[in-house]
Amino acid sequence: MEFDLPFIWAGLIAFAVLAYVLLDGFDLGIGLLFPFLKNREERHLAMNTVAPVWDGNETWLVMGGGGLFAVFPLAYAIVMPALYPLIIAMLLGLIFRGVAFEFTFRTRRRQGFWEFGFWGGSLIATIAQGMALGALVHGITVEGRAYGGGNWDWLTPFSVLTAVALVAGYALLGATWLILKTEGGIQERARQWSRPLGAALVLLIGAVSLATVFLHPQYMERWFGWPTGIWSAVVPFLLAVAVWQLWLGLRNEDDLRPFLATVGIFVLSYSGLGVSFYPNLVPPSLSIAEAAAPDVSLRFLLIGAVVLIPMILTYTAYSYWVFRGKVRPGEGYH
Amino acid sequence: MTDFFTALELARFQFAFTVSAHIIFPAFTIGLASYLAVLNACWLWTRDRAYLRLFDYWKTIFAVTFGMGVVSGIVMSYQFGTNWSVFSDKAGPVMGPLMGYEVLSAFFLEAGFLGIMLFGRERVGERLHMAATAIVAVGTLFSAFWILSANSWMHTPQGFSYDEGGQFVPEDWWAIIFNPSFPYRLVHMVLAAYLTTAFVVGGVGAWHLLRHPDSRGAAIMFSMAMWMALIVTPIQIVAGDMHGLNTLEHQPAKIAAMEGHYESFPEGRAPLILFGLPDDAAQETRYKVEIPLLGSLILTHALDKPLQGLDAFPEDERPPATLIFWTFRIMVALGFAMLGVGLWSAWARLRGKLLEARWLHRAAVLMGPSGFLAVLCGWITTEVGRQPYTVYGLLRTDQSMAPLQAEAVAASLVAFILVYFFVFGSGTIYVLRLMAMRPREVDIDDIGLTRSAGTTPGRAATQSHPGE
Ligand code: HDD
Ligand code: HEM
Ligand code: HEM
Repeated sequence: MEFDLPFIWAGLIAFAVLAYVLLDGFDLGIGLLFPFLKNREERHLAMNTVAPVWDGNETWLVMGGGGLFAVFPLAYAIVMPALYPLIIAMLLGLIFRGVAFEFTFRTRRRQGFWEFGFWGGSLIATIAQGMALGALVHGITVEGRAYGGGNWDWLTPFSVLTAVALVAGYALLGATWLILKTEGGIQERARQWSRPLGAALVLLIGAVSLATVFLHPQYMERWFGWPTGIWSAVVPFLLAVAVWQLWLGLRNEDDLRPFLATVGIFVLSYSGLGVSFYPNLVPPSLSIAEAAAPDVSLRFLLIGAVVLIPMILTYTAYSYWVFRGKVRPGEGYH
Repeated sequence: MTDFFTALELARFQFAFTVSAHIIFPAFTIGLASYLAVLNACWLWTRDRAYLRLFDYWKTIFAVTFGMGVVSGIVMSYQFGTNWSVFSDKAGPVMGPLMGYEVLSAFFLEAGFLGIMLFGRERVGERLHMAATAIVAVGTLFSAFWILSANSWMHTPQGFSYDEGGQFVPEDWWAIIFNPSFPYRLVHMVLAAYLTTAFVVGGVGAWHLLRHPDSRGAAIMFSMAMWMALIVTPIQIVAGDMHGLNTLEHQPAKIAAMEGHYESFPEGRAPLILFGLPDDAAQETRYKVEIPLLGSLILTHALDKPLQGLDAFPEDERPPATLIFWTFRIMVALGFAMLGVGLWSAWARLRGKLLEARWLHRAAVLMGPSGFLAVLCGWITTEVGRQPYTVYGLLRTDQSMAPLQAEAVAASLVAFILVYFFVFGSGTIYVLRLMAMRPREVDIDDIGLTRSAGTTPGRAATQSHPGE
């Protein structure tokens, strides 16, 4: 069988982006919830639940962006200028958010400021990512081998909607992560937040899905044509199962189930995106095959990916295992 | 601002600014990661608590610096696309996989074990903790390997062909990775990182020795750093010289600019211009102070071999000499100053006065930041010297740029400058504050059996909230 390298790589990049969304999603989510935590002690506790792993989480973003540069350089060269302000905003947000992990503990007078930065940075990064997603789905104008649209193409009602949806989604991931990693009052409140967040997320996913279908004939065809239309039955069904699991988990006060259910919601929504996009990498016109680097490049990096990604997953899992269990006040890592 | 500068100039400045901010952190973390591994090994080997204390001391500083390195690095990996999209499209098939390998083999490795190194000693036990510390150090070196390979390929490209889209198509990965300037650049940069760290550690040690001459922790730091200065600086100077010869072979225009030679010397016998003011507009170096013949001796190792000046190259292919003439000299001067400190320390050590030589300590404090300055000057020399190309001889900088409007680049540039100065400025203050604290000494009560987790809570609190 002939291996279709661009296709394999599209899968790998999609995997990296999904890993990023899930992993950095919960730690950005914790940033989003920061203002709602009761006091400094709780905020430090929440931060400490992710301190040992956030760098690894963010590396998936470098993998997604760097991977795109490596294997789909044309897509990278078109998407980055198209989303220029969003990418810059995201990077700046991530700077504030990333340094806050260390800076908060290095000062007393400015502690409040860096906590604010942790929240603001997380919020900006989340909104930028959500809008970027919306802008991508909406479609990017290509001229020759370059971006052909204007400075503000990324700003549409649709991209605002996806941004709001992502904020709700990350906040839910963060809240359910807190349920998993904490106990007592903070856990109790995380549980309370999860219900409205879950409800809001379900509504927003519904709104985004509907709007998507009406954006392009291609999406309509995908979701209601044959045979891909099967998905439009399967995905909502599985989503309902995941939401139900979330609800059960919250009601039974399970520690792990709400988080896993939220992960499930994300994976399903994400696979829905895949259904809409394929075989394009950058809708509406740049296909996976067109954007791909020459096979030599894809093959060379694939060797490394095949050997190294399993190792990465293993030691990442190990590091989560090392820091498993509840994080308690006073036993922070700093 | 957009009336005065083109989008291209703004994008170049943005790249130069963000990458210069970034390299400051790796220059320190690469060396410090290795130093931490050595300290931890010393602690395990000797069971002398002083090493453990030093490890904890530098670990905190490392964590803050590393965080800044990560966030400034993420910016870099997206800059290629946002500002240099044409370059990304064309050179992506070659550069991308090299940087992809950096992510897969280095960034994940560093990130995966960093948490254990910083927070995990009690959780995983001494042995695994040592392994994690060593792995982080190795990760930083892998990172240097791949990114310098990518950068070197842009200086001395080989092992590729073109396709219809004008893309560089890799033909021979071995030739691409081990391109002609790569070994020199890798050695020179890794040594530079080690020297940067050595001088920071030495400066901090000397600072504390000046105030507390009996501080054992400071004495250990200072002594270790001075060994590094003594041994590594001469190697670095030799490596730098070889790097220069390699550049003469592949980028003679850059060397001509570095040397301030606007005219060629067909019969050799070129002087070494020590100082002067290169004037690109007039194409001459004014107020020269020169040593006859030495230029030829250093560059061609002969008196009568021909040597090209900038006039040997078409006008639109000449790099600007004014800046790199000086950055190169500053780097070399700092190299010799480092050598001086190393030799001075050896002399003091021979006389058994290493810890009492107050003037040596003062000099070491002064030289504390010298590595950063040398690294920046070195990179500016290399990168400005390869202008007007991004891929040397093949892809011009003005043809690499993304189709962006000057306003967009200007706005993001201003945002980067404000945020960087504020965030990394604050971070630098925190690091300096940590450095101003004394490494905690090994007291009687630390050696006794009553020691619990290593710190009493009160002290731990002061430890993590310095100053104020
Ligand atoms: C000689 C070494 C060196 C050089 C020239 C560069 N870097 Fe770097 N970089 C490192 C050495 C390093 C490092 C030692 O691996 C860092 C520094 C501190 C750190 O956190 O890791 C790092 C961090 C770092 C990160 C964050 C990794 C993470 O998430 O853990 C990214 C994305 C980049 N870099 C990307 C770049 C790009 C695109 C560069 C070129 C323009 C670049 N670096 C130049
Ligand atoms: C980390 C240390 C580095 C420093 C301090 C540095 C510094 C600089 C500077 C000052 C310029 C501007 C030259 C000019 O416009 O006159 C430049 C250009 C450039 N550098 Fe580097 N560089 C570094 C590493 C790298 C690496 C590792 C890469 C690639 C992998 C790279 C890619 C480029 C590119 C594409 C340009 C052209 C764009 C421009 O002219 O601004 N640089 N660099
Ligand atoms: C005194 C002896 C030294 C000599 C003769 C020397 C020589 C050189 C030369 C010729 C280059 C330009 C390479 C090119 O053409 O692309 C260079 C670059 C560089 N130098 Fe030095 N250098 C010396 C000392 C140092 C010191 C002490 C440091 C730092 C601690 C340093 C750090 C760098 C860096 C970071 C670069 C840019 C990266 C590279 O191209 O390797 N150098 N050096």
